[in-house]
Amino acid sequence: MTVTIGWYMSLAAVLFAIGAAGVLTRRNALVMFMSVELMLNSVNLTFIAAAKELGLVEGQVAALFVMVVAAAEVTIGLAILVAVFRRRASANVDELSELKG
Amino acid sequence: MIDYHAILPEIILGVTVLAVLATDLVTREKYYGAIVGMVGLFAALVPIFTLGVCDDLAFCSGSLPRELFGGSYVVDQYSLVMKGLFIGAAFIAILLSVAYLQSDRFYEGEYYFLLLAALFGAVVMASSRDFITMIVGLELVSGPGFLLAGWRKADEKSNEAALKYFIIGVIAFALLVMGVSLLYGISGTQLFADLAVAPAAVVDEPVFLLGMLFVFLGFTFKISAVPFHVWTPDVYEGSPTPVTAWLSVGSKTAGFVGFLSVAYLAFPTHANLWGPLLWILAIASMTLGNLVAVKQTNIVRLLGYSSIAQAGFMLAPFGAAAAAGADLQQAFGATIIYLLIYAVMNLGAFGVVIAGGARVKSYELDDWAGMWRWAPGLTVLLAMFFMSLAGIPPLAGWFAKLAMFSATIGVGSWWGYSIAVIAALNSVVAFVYYSKVVKSTVFDNVPDHVDPEALSRIELAPTLTVALGVTTILVLFLGVFPGVIGNLSKFASEILAGTF
Repeated sequence: MTVTIGWYMSLAAVLFAIGAAGVLTRRNALVMFMSVELMLNSVNLTFIAAAKELGLVEGQVAALFVMVVAAAEVTIGLAILVAVFRRRASANVDELSELKG
Repeated sequence: MIDYHAILPEIILGVTVLAVLATDLVTREKYYGAIVGMVGLFAALVPIFTLGVCDDLAFCSGSLPRELFGGSYVVDQYSLVMKGLFIGAAFIAILLSVAYLQSDRFYEGEYYFLLLAALFGAVVMASSRDFITMIVGLELVSGPGFLLAGWRKADEKSNEAALKYFIIGVIAFALLVMGVSLLYGISGTQLFADLAVAPAAVVDEPVFLLGMLFVFLGFTFKISAVPFHVWTPDVYEGSPTPVTAWLSVGSKTAGFVGFLSVAYLAFPTHANLWGPLLWILAIASMTLGNLVAVKQTNIVRLLGYSSIAQAGFMLAPFGAAAAAGADLQQAFGATIIYLLIYAVMNLGAFGVVIAGGARVKSYELDDWAGMWRWAPGLTVLLAMFFMSLAGIPPLAGWFAKLAMFSATIGVGSWWGYSIAVIAALNSVVAFVYYSKVVKSTVFDNVPDHVDPEALSRIELAPTLTVALGVTTILVLFLGVFPGVIGNLSKFASEILAGTF
């Protein structure tokens, strides 16, 4: 049995769905960040699989760009989380509910 | 051979961003960063102007559009107009920030660095004509925005705003890049120009549609339209107000640049597919934004919902013209007119809110009642900007509304008529809450805990005066002479001539 592009795409879709479900249901900000990383990595997988299938190199370059952006995003997210944690010693997003209306 | 004239604005801005960071390093007077930044912004406007007029001059080589890096970076009329808008918005945002930052214990040097970095991202987005450049530009706008939203580090509201903005932002970003990767997988290209001429066998694939849907939904986050609008009021309220001003104008316009480029340059031939989607999003955004804005008691939240509604108005021409298969050039022009005028009047409105908030130390409308007693000048400006947002002539806002209505009705099918009727009803609702604020500030009694005598003695910071002066003059001038904006939008829409 050969592994075709469909396998990679299915895996990417499953990873994306798991990530999305994680972001929407988990309430710990750190776990939410991890779930977002999972979504972005499924994007990378799609890019690489497509690039391999098409015999083009741009998809691999795109994956590198997505990685860089994702790394920068995580840095920002953790910085914000540290600021939140200093004030209330909890990473639970449900406790952050001062702004509403 | 790189066309250095074409990317001179970016080079100048890049140097400015680094220079601001270096200024922070060597001086204790942190507002020097603002001065360096504003000088850099002025310098960057010069090549934008020379690029715009270059066509007509004999000694100047090259004409628009100028393509760089294999067509993934294009300097054309549209990108020049948008770059001018971004730089102007950043200029006003810096002017609005200086006094605010010095009023409390803020990190000031890094603030200007981050604001200008976000501007740099927006400017890159305006010229990017492939998805990877667009994504990097978009994240350069978003990233600093997340940090700036949490700039009041000791304030729990600001922390919460930053975290909410960040989480919704990265979900939208993940959706967007997923869409890009699907489009790449099916078509084998990232370039907008190549996607526009993708063969029918590719376009008819469901994956192509899914990719397009994800890309459009991803961009709705930046423009704070439905379905990624939920962050808007919370982040607007929690962030430092000058940051809110930037998010509501600079960052939102950057999102619209993404929308305009993707819709009209990458998918013009599939307008019948994305037209209905944007038609629905436009109606949902304007209706939801306006209806919820009516019962707001905080002036910044009110402007947040107003910003959602305005995004709906800006999307209306897209949806109507594309769904009906009408001339897209007029719809494109109408959105650009709206963006330019919205930037001026919204920055002005936030200028008044910042100036008033600096005195009364609150953004609750109850505390602003009777503002006339302690700040008559500001109250007049507040009334002017809010009436402009409502679209009352002779203030600039009426021309934006006019362009939007004529673009939607002009398509001549029920797609256009129905959205025009809904937009008209929405304008009435919008007028209700804008005039409610004006009425309360002019006629109501000052609440007991507010001392008008003391408040009226507080002086307006000089930087705020300049910002308010510039926006006031523009709102009045453009309301009386809207042709200036009309010509700019015609100039920008030239890039679409003959493509459909």
